[in-house]
Amino acid sequence: MTQAGDIGSGGRRPVLTVHDLSVQVATDAGAKTVLDGLSFDLMPGETLALAGESGSGKSMTALAIMGLLPKPMARISGGSIRLGETDLTALGDSGYRRIRSARVAMIFQEPMTSLNPLMTVQRQITEVLLEHGACSRREAPARALRLLRNVRLTEPERRLSQYPHELSGGMRQRVMIAMALACDPEVLIADEPTTALDVTVQAEILDLIRTLQAEHGTAVLMITHDMGVVAEMADRVIVLRQGRQEEGAPVRELFARPRTDYTRTLLAAVPRLGTAPDRPVPSQAKKIVEVDDLSVRFNIASGLLNRTVARVHAVEGVSFHIREGETLALVGESGCGKSTIGKALLGLVPWEGSIRIDGVQTRGRSRPAMRPVLRDIQMVFQDPGASLDARMNVGDQVVEPMRVHGLASGSELVDRAEWLFRRVGLSPDMLSRYPHEFSGGQRQRVCIARALSLSPKVIIADESVSALDVSVQAQVLELLQELQEQDGLSYLFISHDMAVIEQVADRVVVMRLGQVMEDGPRDAVLRRPQHPYTKRLLAAVPVPDPTRQRSAIPDFAGVEMDSPVFPVGAAPFRVDLQDLGQGHRVARAETPRP
Amino acid sequence: MNAALDPVVGPATRPRRSGAREVLRQLMRRPRAAFGMVIIAAMFLAALFAPWLMPADPFEQSFDGLDLMGGPLPPGGVYVLGTDLLGRDLASRLILGTRTSLIIGVLANGIAVLLGAGVGITAGYFGGWTATILMRFTDLMMAFPALLLAIVLAAIFQPSLLIVALVIAMVNWVQMSRVIYTETRSLTEREFIQVQRSIGSGPIRILFRHLLPHLLPSIIVFGTLGISTTVLLEATLSYLGVGVQPPMPSWGNIIFENQTYFSTAPWLVFFPGLLIVLLALAFNLVGDALRDILDPTLQGRH
Repeated sequence: MTQAGDIGSGGRRPVLTVHDLSVQVATDAGAKTVLDGLSFDLMPGETLALAGESGSGKSMTALAIMGLLPKPMARISGGSIRLGETDLTALGDSGYRRIRSARVAMIFQEPMTSLNPLMTVQRQITEVLLEHGACSRREAPARALRLLRNVRLTEPERRLSQYPHELSGGMRQRVMIAMALACDPEVLIADEPTTALDVTVQAEILDLIRTLQAEHGTAVLMITHDMGVVAEMADRVIVLRQGRQEEGAPVRELFARPRTDYTRTLLAAVPRLGTAPDRPVPSQAKKIVEVDDLSVRFNIASGLLNRTVARVHAVEGVSFHIREGETLALVGESGCGKSTIGKALLGLVPWEGSIRIDGVQTRGRSRPAMRPVLRDIQMVFQDPGASLDARMNVGDQVVEPMRVHGLASGSELVDRAEWLFRRVGLSPDMLSRYPHEFSGGQRQRVCIARALSLSPKVIIADESVSALDVSVQAQVLELLQELQEQDGLSYLFISHDMAVIEQVADRVVVMRLGQVMEDGPRDAVLRRPQHPYTKRLLAAVPVPDPTRQRSAIPDFAGVEMDSPVFPVGAAPFRVDLQDLGQGHRVARAETPRP
Repeated sequence: MNAALDPVVGPATRPRRSGAREVLRQLMRRPRAAFGMVIIAAMFLAALFAPWLMPADPFEQSFDGLDLMGGPLPPGGVYVLGTDLLGRDLASRLILGTRTSLIIGVLANGIAVLLGAGVGITAGYFGGWTATILMRFTDLMMAFPALLLAIVLAAIFQPSLLIVALVIAMVNWVQMSRVIYTETRSLTEREFIQVQRSIGSGPIRILFRHLLPHLLPSIIVFGTLGISTTVLLEATLSYLGVGVQPPMPSWGNIIFENQTYFSTAPWLVFFPGLLIVLLALAFNLVGDALRDILDPTLQGRH
């Protein structure tokens, strides 16, 4: 194993030196080493990426440096962390308080939970400034404003008096960055800073971090699972696996010539936009799902009498169909209504319009009346951990749909469970286990087995691989593909990830604010996008190749209009789709203002 | 694909628990829970066989039971635990009182748990108007002074053990229903319940097979904590004359009858107090263990 610290240090002194760091976590089975002998140097102005899958110890490293390891469960069991001349491992709580924010700052994955919901943006920022005596109380508001300008937040004066819930995810992350940089730290640790954000916002935040880093000369320790982000941001990379350094190299070298098998597998598993194999031309098979002019609106009630004051137009006049054996992808950013469409198909939300599943109209059906329809359409949710009942063994859960629909009983259920488990690549001996005994990928297999138990014709996969590590993601996608080939299943594949969609989709529907912006065959939409929004989404996808520069993200008219909430009586402008031939349709270019 | 990254085949499964017998076996394997089980069993036996276990007549007011000054006798001697102000044998009264206190503790608390959990789950799962009506009613009950309610109810009906138990249950279910309501609300939003809806499961299956197992820990904790408050509430009611009627003893009313003599005859308060503490402790110990045993994520550890 090479010491990453040996590479690329041009005689300057590192700001942060981690030497032979080990972290242990207490478990019932005794101490478990979650980080084992990690060493690296971080140079001023440099970006070092710690990349790895879940359980690799990358977040533990960040917490250890920040002195935030959860006590008393986790502790540093060996090695040293030096920040300049200060030995951080020897610091107590009060010593650490002077270091955090002032010399080492951290931004977290979820900006909503890292900000105090009861404090205005101004108070949160000035608190950091005053805590470290960066300026006087009188100067603080002006300093806060300057910081918000620095992170390119729109309307910074107004933002100061706002609360976190009034800001979008991207704005919150900008505020977090402003707070982290308030005292001009030497080191910025960014722990998955863009994982919870939409791709276009991710691209903006990454740009911002890079710009600020160039301006201030901050050293950045970037912790991420996303090799695209690594390629885009890092100067050097350390690949972690199960708490050990697997490989450390400058970023170009790592991507060009990975030395270990693990890194090779990891890089191979990353879906790359534009590399997916061709798919056969969409067939003319039977339409199994027909959605016509679907609208879903939620009322926002308020006041004493609970009167409806506004409506969320989550889905507005959407039409599409899915043919037998075909995969239709719904793509869009958070809040675009793609998941709501999935729920409408299952009758989980009230909707208007027309939905036919295998020819059966489902409008106006009560939940009991929906039951026969549900035999044909099932769903696999995003988070396999949350969608399994932790208190029921997986065998019972897999065949539960059959029980509910009265399709089998007794030993037949056991046979069926075993068969389903084999189909999704799990061993039938594991049927009597509970969900927590499985890995994330295995749990998603269990969920797929459950969705298959009714032998449905359509499966809705709602961000079904988004929560999985890339290598596992690839395996699950492969399984879905296999099942499709064997059974002629149709999929409605809901995702925000363009690269994944390219792998699986026959046709793509791009949505924004509840309406279709562009749809058509995969190659037409992804390789010859017509709508500026589609272009923007595609341009924002990080490229897992450090030698290629991501192109700038194009803006388009109406980009600032970002809320599907309208007062009662008002409705969003319905975009009009223009047919470009071969089923490729695009919303007319000029997006009018309401 | 690299199978090592996501091992598909794991080690052979180990045998699983099933049924009440297995739960009992696990309870007895944990020392603290076993201790609790023994105490509960002993108290039940004492209540069941009280007539044969009592050393003397618990109602007989005997001059032998009083000292020369007419005061109660301390523990030791003929009367093992001493006598009360009327010269009755304390040990016998406590043994007979076990019946009252256990019936009240288990019955009243049981009704309160069932009612509270039932209302909470129903309101939490169905939401909407059902929740509004049920929870406003719960708020109303909460705002009403519990003791006053108990006195009114007990005054309307003829005081009897069953009525006292019902009255106490009527007062105690409210907190439980609040807690369970909130918890059900958040569980209902969770994805695995959404999954059930997408499968087509009906409300009965969702409530009993999926929500209830997740609510059980709270129900158990609140249920076991409720035992001691219930026993004490019964004592308060007895003290106010609307509880268990004298001369029928209960642990609670023995304490209240004698509390003013605490400094001169401390045993009259100490022994029944000790029994109440033991009862509550025993249920808490068993409840804690039960909560862990029923949690599959904690299997094989303790």
